[in-house]
Amino acid sequence: MERRTIFPGRLLPVLLAAPQIVLTAVFFLWPAGQAMWFSAARQDAFGLRTEFVGFENFSDLLADPLYRESAGRTALFCAAIAALSMGVALLLAVFADRDIRGRAAYRTLLIWPYAIAPAVAAVLWILVLHPQVGLLGRWLNRHGIAWDYRLRDAQAMSVVVLASAWKQVSYDFIFFLAGLQAIPRTVTEAARMDGARGWRRFRTITLPLLAPTVLFLLVVNLVYAAFDTFGTVQALTGGGPGKATETLVVKVYRDGVVNLDLGSSSAQSVLLMAAVIALTALQFRVLGRRRAD
Amino acid sequence: MRTDWLAHGVLGAGVLLFALPVWLVLAGSTQPADVIARGDLSLVPDLHGLGIYADVLRNGGPGVTPLWRMLLVSFGMALVIALGKIAISVLSAYAVAFFRWPGRRLAFWVIFLTLMLPVEVRIIPTYSVMAGLGLINSFTGLTLPLVASATATLLFRQVFLAVPDELMEAARMDGAGPWRFLRDILLPVSAPNLAALFVILFVYGWNQYLWPLLVATDPRLDTVVIGIVKMIGSEVQTEWNRVMAAAVLALLPPVAVVLLMQRWFVKGLAEGDK
Repeated sequence: MERRTIFPGRLLPVLLAAPQIVLTAVFFLWPAGQAMWFSAARQDAFGLRTEFVGFENFSDLLADPLYRESAGRTALFCAAIAALSMGVALLLAVFADRDIRGRAAYRTLLIWPYAIAPAVAAVLWILVLHPQVGLLGRWLNRHGIAWDYRLRDAQAMSVVVLASAWKQVSYDFIFFLAGLQAIPRTVTEAARMDGARGWRRFRTITLPLLAPTVLFLLVVNLVYAAFDTFGTVQALTGGGPGKATETLVVKVYRDGVVNLDLGSSSAQSVLLMAAVIALTALQFRVLGRRRAD
Repeated sequence: MRTDWLAHGVLGAGVLLFALPVWLVLAGSTQPADVIARGDLSLVPDLHGLGIYADVLRNGGPGVTPLWRMLLVSFGMALVIALGKIAISVLSAYAVAFFRWPGRRLAFWVIFLTLMLPVEVRIIPTYSVMAGLGLINSFTGLTLPLVASATATLLFRQVFLAVPDELMEAARMDGAGPWRFLRDILLPVSAPNLAALFVILFVYGWNQYLWPLLVATDPRLDTVVIGIVKMIGSEVQTEWNRVMAAAVLALLPPVAVVLLMQRWFVKGLAEGDK
């Protein structure tokens, strides 16, 4: 889309756009270019010599069972978070859309957790689920369940998923509620007249009309789960026990910042960038379709 | 109207799901550390223990700086990022939407590309660029790289493109130049978008974790989010009441911003991501 009316002048717009472009070039394009260069190079153990190795870092990575495990774990992690947070949010939005007393208050009380930092959400859940300190963690142990998410893989994973999904519910709720409110009352009324009730009305009328919102949120949730949960994982389990909660982003951090393996970490970064670009492209396809509706 | 008990039940459960962990931490923060460590936490706050908040603000905890300092860093970081992003995005969106200039398309695509590159995917190279520029352990390094924003630029471009041509023609007829048009007409017209974006970006800046962890190892630059994770540390001698008080203080400011500006925020979020 273009404007019909514009201001004359060529220097002024360049100056106006300059700060944004300089920051983008220095802090986004340059590092991204370096990541690509590093990913095709290998340093010796002392960091003294660098040689060009082409795609070797990538082929090593894809052949590495640890990397594949981490990728599979991340896929599971993302799917679980998206399903859990979107499911709960949709349920809440459907009821918040009804004409009930105090609905404005309910909305406010369901929206505020948007502001909680992922790492702070993790701390809150530690204080609930800690095997000795947490109320719920202690209760589980007293009732014959050996609960310690710091030692057991499956428990660690479920705690990280829970804390991450919990923090995301508010965001999904806002969008689901907006989506539900955009459905004309006449449509649902007509369905009611035709005798479609409760669940059937929801499944055959509401859900199809909500499909664009669902698709949009799915992409947003997958990106959130893959990238924004670093703080949650780091605070709760640090990626452990062992590698039980080591997602791809945690692995980039561990390999690059902790173990200083520049080539492998950069190759991982490049693969993640490709994944983000694919997801963003998908998002724009979805959004493009939504705008055409 | 008949009371819809099912709806009240489901929504009430949802409210509790969010409120309970926070209440637990609020109540816990007022109780003695050894009582919590034993696991005898009560859900009723002990009003005599509220002094811990003054204590944490003034003295911090083992291994961390005082909370007032961390809150100040967080506040400065969130504010600079939110206002900085808005300022440079408004200007560049204005240039893209209201002018024709060589390289306009290229500039737009360069900005657009950054949308696809979150910090998390380019950890090491970004760090080496920061080191090269001497920005490690500086407030500039903490904030400046996060100020570039594709999302905000795209949003403002969309808002600006939707401004009716008549509005601008009228302004030009009155002899308004580019600056006056921006200041007197465009910004007031986009005020709701500005407010919504401020909330979203303030929360974004306040909640950063990976970036400060990378570029600021100096404890004086610890944000409150970094500080809390440090306080939990190795769990050997964690003073849980301090951690809990710090958690409450860390989530209060962004929650307050969201609640105070809720109306604009919800509208802006649902519109902005379209």
